[in-house]
Amino acid sequence: MDILLDIFASANFWAAAIRIATPLIFGVLGALICERAGVLNLGIEGIFVAGAMAGWLAVYLGAGLWGGVLIAALAGAMFGLLHAFLTVILGLSQHVSGIGITLLATSASYFTYRTTLPDVSSPPRIAPFQPIAVPGLSELPFIGPALFQQTLFTWLALALVAVVAFVLYRTPLGLAIRAVGDNPASVEAQGLSVRGLRIGAVVIGSALMALGGAFLTMSAFDAFFFGMVNGRGWICIALVVFASWQPGKALLGALLFGAFDAFQIRLQAEIGQVVPGQVFLMLPYLLSILALVLVARKADYPRALLQPWTKGQRH
Amino acid sequence: MSLRLDPREHAPLSLRLLVSLLAGLTALLLVAVPVMAAGANPFEAYLLMAQGAFGSMFALSETLNRATPLILTGLAAAVAFRARLWNIGAEGQLYMGALAAVLVGSGFLQLPAPLVIPAIMLAGFLAGGLMMVIPAMLKQRFGADEVVITLLLNFVVILFIQMLIEGPLKDPLAMGWPQSVPLLAEAKFDKLIPRLRMHWGLIIGLVAALILWLMVKRTVLGFEIKAVGENKAAARFAGIPVDATMLKVALISGGLAGLAGVGEVAGVKGYLSADLSPGFGYSGIVVAMLAGLSPIGSVVAAVFIAAVFVGADSMSRATGISNYLADLVVALSLLCVLVGSFFLRFRLRWQSRQEA
Repeated sequence: MDILLDIFASANFWAAAIRIATPLIFGVLGALICERAGVLNLGIEGIFVAGAMAGWLAVYLGAGLWGGVLIAALAGAMFGLLHAFLTVILGLSQHVSGIGITLLATSASYFTYRTTLPDVSSPPRIAPFQPIAVPGLSELPFIGPALFQQTLFTWLALALVAVVAFVLYRTPLGLAIRAVGDNPASVEAQGLSVRGLRIGAVVIGSALMALGGAFLTMSAFDAFFFGMVNGRGWICIALVVFASWQPGKALLGALLFGAFDAFQIRLQAEIGQVVPGQVFLMLPYLLSILALVLVARKADYPRALLQPWTKGQRH
Repeated sequence: MSLRLDPREHAPLSLRLLVSLLAGLTALLLVAVPVMAAGANPFEAYLLMAQGAFGSMFALSETLNRATPLILTGLAAAVAFRARLWNIGAEGQLYMGALAAVLVGSGFLQLPAPLVIPAIMLAGFLAGGLMMVIPAMLKQRFGADEVVITLLLNFVVILFIQMLIEGPLKDPLAMGWPQSVPLLAEAKFDKLIPRLRMHWGLIIGLVAALILWLMVKRTVLGFEIKAVGENKAAARFAGIPVDATMLKVALISGGLAGLAGVGEVAGVKGYLSADLSPGFGYSGIVVAMLAGLSPIGSVVAAVFIAAVFVGADSMSRATGISNYLADLVVALSLLCVLVGSFFLRFRLRWQSRQEA
């Protein structure tokens, strides 16, 4: 019990939890926007890789950090546009297209990395985003180091939760996006373009996913590694269901997940002699599966999810 | 004049073959762009790839050796997708099959020598199958989406394998390398031709394709799979046992992927390691889609994908272009064949204004 208390009472632990949650916040928000508009985007895992590689490479080749963030978002948007073309315009299988986007984005990123840097043995580093101590607040005991010494990239994620929630629930655009995933006929009856809204949502959602990847190479670490995304994208797809497609719950889900992951890392340090390390590494994936199984029955999937739309279609 | 889309009832076989062929070719043509970006002549690169994949008896054997697991993971995806069961977990199922082969075939169990190979195949099939039956049951019981669960299980399985080969299954004679104890000699598949790597796993893959083809065409289960895949509600209304059919599909699909793992352990490596599969499970999805979910087509598609990998490795050694080019071809093939499927569902027709 002492071990547990030590872990939870340390500000470091909570700082790590928020750091681990940040890429997931971007990913869950991105997946949420796509699915709210009726499009499952299994390209997420590859788009994470593309964002991680593109953002990092841009900075390595001389762009500023925010320039790198922009490049990453553009790379994600581009793959989102391809996914939207295949699934929204042509109405093809969202599952197969998504898997295809993941394979394409991953291999394109790896190929680009190897081609641009043929001769490196160890991954080159960049100067990543640095933690910003918020004046005053970072001096607070416990809360300060946990919450107010994060990088601006993390603050961007938190701000986006508010932005996405505001747009989805407080603006006509948000109403239209939610309707297009639930009842596209009603959107068309109002003279809005179902396809236009869906394409827009997939492109924006994919850009956010790419930011999740970029956070890994530009804030959490300072280099690009093969396999560094390691299923984070898929975990986001599970978290969206857990979060009932709501931005607030998505933030909560990502933070819970981050806390759990930070916890298993620390527990591993404490009792790693007794239990093999892989058991701990498995826990995040098993937890995602468990979360999915527990909420699946009650899950209120957007009703038009996976259903293509042709103009003038009756039910 | 305007362009009109007419839905098709059935696409003729010739058109389906054409779509798959064009998809593969288009993918190969598209990678000319990254090849040129990497500073090489695409024609030379293609020639080197073709030579590397088919240019000698050795090259051909390497290609067929690589195609062996891809046939089985391709069949695994094809049979599942036919029933609209989204098994994206062939990678994990392959490793579970390989694990079962090692548990049964490395001397922990005392079996008469002639029974060892059938035993490891059965064990591998069941282990892989179980890995897919679990998500299928979670879907039926709790409504949990099998796509995400099978994807996440891939990561769980590989960690589980790493744990075992660094722990209880670790080979003490492997100089510290994380690999399992070796298979018994009688558990290993014979080579088809001496001094070439291709092995009896290839024959197993071909037989599996044939059996699956017969099953799809000639058996009640094949009919049930088709009915469930086309319309679950209608199938249930017609009295088809939908849930039982899905579980059978899950067992067969996971089992085939498990057999792929058995083949890699018993035919190629002789032991289990965490780098047994360079993504055979994921490439199997591309194989199945390129094959239009046809079992016989999966064999041809598997040889194509294998040739791309083997050819790209060889081309990479000669030109210095990254062999991730092969992964690009594979990904583009999947997207191209998906676009092609649009033309299988619709007929494009020009029509005049008056007609409209």
